[in-house]
Amino acid sequence: MQKYSIFNLVKNAFSGHQNWDLAWKDPTPKKEYDVVIIGGGGHGLATAYYLAKEHGITNVAIIEKGWIGGGNVGRNTTIIRSNYMHDDNALFSEFGMDLWRKMSQDLNYNVMFSPRGIINLAHSDAQMNVYARRGNSMRLNGIDAVLLNREQVKENIPMADFSENVRFPIFGGLMQPSAGTARHDAVAWGYARQADSMGVDIIQNCEVTGFDVIGGKINGVRTSRGDIKVKKIGLCVAGSTNILAEKLNMTLPIETHLLQACVSEPVKPILDRVVTFGAGHFYISQSDKGEMVMGGDLDGYNSYAQRGNLPTLQHVLTEGIAMMPFLSKLKMLRTWGGIMDMSMDGSPIIDKTHIEGLYLNCGWCYGGFKATPASGWTFAHTIAQDRVHKLNAGYSLNRFSTGHLLDEKGLGTKTWIS
Amino acid sequence: MRSQNEFSYGGDATVKRPELDKEISDQDWDNFVYNRKSLRGKHWELWQHLSGCRQWIKVERDTATHEIFNTLKANEEIS
Ligand SMILES: Cc1cc2nc3c(=O)[nH]c(=O)nc-3n(C[C@H](O)[C@H](O)[C@H](O)COP(=O)(O)OP(=O)(O)OC[C@H]3O[C@@H](n4cnc5c(N)ncnc54)[C@H](O)[C@@H]3O)c2cc1C
Repeated sequence: MQKYSIFNLVKNAFSGHQNWDLAWKDPTPKKEYDVVIIGGGGHGLATAYYLAKEHGITNVAIIEKGWIGGGNVGRNTTIIRSNYMHDDNALFSEFGMDLWRKMSQDLNYNVMFSPRGIINLAHSDAQMNVYARRGNSMRLNGIDAVLLNREQVKENIPMADFSENVRFPIFGGLMQPSAGTARHDAVAWGYARQADSMGVDIIQNCEVTGFDVIGGKINGVRTSRGDIKVKKIGLCVAGSTNILAEKLNMTLPIETHLLQACVSEPVKPILDRVVTFGAGHFYISQSDKGEMVMGGDLDGYNSYAQRGNLPTLQHVLTEGIAMMPFLSKLKMLRTWGGIMDMSMDGSPIIDKTHIEGLYLNCGWCYGGFKATPASGWTFAHTIAQDRVHKLNAGYSLNRFSTGHLLDEKGLGTKTWIS
Repeated sequence: MRSQNEFSYGGDATVKRPELDKEISDQDWDNFVYNRKSLRGKHWELWQHLSGCRQWIKVERDTATHEIFNTLKANEEIS
C-alpha cells in the first residue's frame, strides 16, 4: 500500500496526481470466507480492520448493500466523547478515546480528530447536582470532567444567551475537555483502505438477502451477488438490524427510528466547543468549513424513511435559538436523516447469539460514531475468540432478561420517547 | 386533515401484555416489554391525539413511506 505522506504528495505532484493507487479494490465475491461482516459502515469496516490487524484473520469480506460510508457513518454529527456515568459505558468509551487519539497515525489517514471539548449545559440547581455526580463518576474512571459555573461557561461560549429573563437560564455545565469531533467520511475510508491492504474484500452494491443456518449454526449467507459459504458472520447494519434479524427469526430489543441533522451556511469561526442544551435535546458544533452542525431529537415514530419531517426539525431548532439566539439569522444549508438502531435501554449490544457463528453489533442509538474504534476492536475480539471481551461484557443481549440494563439516562425502555 | 404535531406516538400496537392469571415465562415478559419486530413497511401502531381530543387510536402506517392505510379505535381488534 502506498503511504500517504508529504514526500508522496510531492512526488505525485510531478505526475499531476494521476498515479495514486486506488484506496481499495473492487473485488468479486469469493465462494467462501472465514468471516463475513455485513454492513460497510464505520463499525463493519473497523471490525474487519481489527480482525486483520489484531487477530491475523484476513480471509474476510465486508458486504455492503450500497456504498461504504453511505449509512449513518456518513450522516452523523461526529461528536466523540466518553462522558458516561456507568462503568460499562465509561470504560468502553474511554478505551475508544485512546484509539481516536492515535487513529490518524494508526490508519495513515487524517481523520481530523479535533478534541475541542464538549459542554453539557445545566439550567437548574438540580441539574448541576446531577452533573457533579456524573463528573465525579467519570473522574473515578480516569476520564477528564470539569464542572463549570455560569461565569466559566460564559468564558467558553459568550455567544449563548446569558440574559436574566430567559425560560432556561444557564446555571453552569459539565465539560469533558478531551471530547471532540472528527471527519466521519475519513474514518470510514481510513479503515476501509487499511483493511483492504491487509487482504479484506470490500464488496459494495451487494445486499445480504438471507442466511443459511444448519442445526443452529451459521453455514452461509445469501446475497444479491450469489451465495457465500461462511461459518462466522458479524452483523453491523445499524438501522437495518431488525430487517435482517427477522430473516433469522430473531426479535430484538431494538426499534428503528429516524434522526435528523442539519448544517447552516458557513460563517466565520465563532464556536470552538461542542455544546448541548440541557433543557431539551439540541447540540451544536462548528465544522472546519464554518457551518454550524446541529441535531437533536428523533422524529419520534418507527421509520425507515432515511429522511425526516419538518416538525421535529422546527422543534430542535427552536431549542437552538433559545440557547444561542444568533442562530436565527443563519440560513439552513442542508438537512438529512439516518435510520437508527434504538435499543431499549439506550446502550448498545455487542455479543454472541443463540445461533453459533452469528455475532451481533447493534443498538447504537445517538452515539455510535464515537464508538466506531472501540466497537470494531471489541467486536473483532468477540468474533475471533468466540467470547466477549471484558470491555463489551456489559453490552450483552440477555441483559434485558436478567435486568442488568445499562440505562444511562434513566429513560427506561422507550429511549425514543424522551 | 389534522397536523402531525397534534399526535404523539405510542409504539407497536400488536404487542399484548401476557395474561396475568397464567404462568408467564421470562421470554413472554421480554417479548412484551423489550422485543419489537420494528417492521419495514406496514406497521400497526398506537397514536394519541394529544393536542386534540386525547383519544388513543390504532394506525396502520408504512414505516418507509409514511402512507396511512387504516385506522381503528384503540379498543378495536386488528383483523
Ligand atoms: C443524524 C445523525 C447524527 C448522529 N450524530 C452522532 C454523533 O454526533 N456522535 C455519535 O457518536 N453518533 C452519532 N450518530 C450515530 C452514528 O452515526 C451511528 O450509531 C453509527 O454510525 C452506526 O454504525 P455504522 O457506522 O456501522 O452504521 P452505518 O454507516 O449505517 O452502516 C450500516 C451499513 O449496513 C448496510 N446494510 C444494511 N442492510 C444491509 C444488507 N441487507 N446487506 C448489506 N449491507 C446492508 C447499510 O447500507 C449501511 O452502510 C448519529 C446518527 C445520525 C443519523
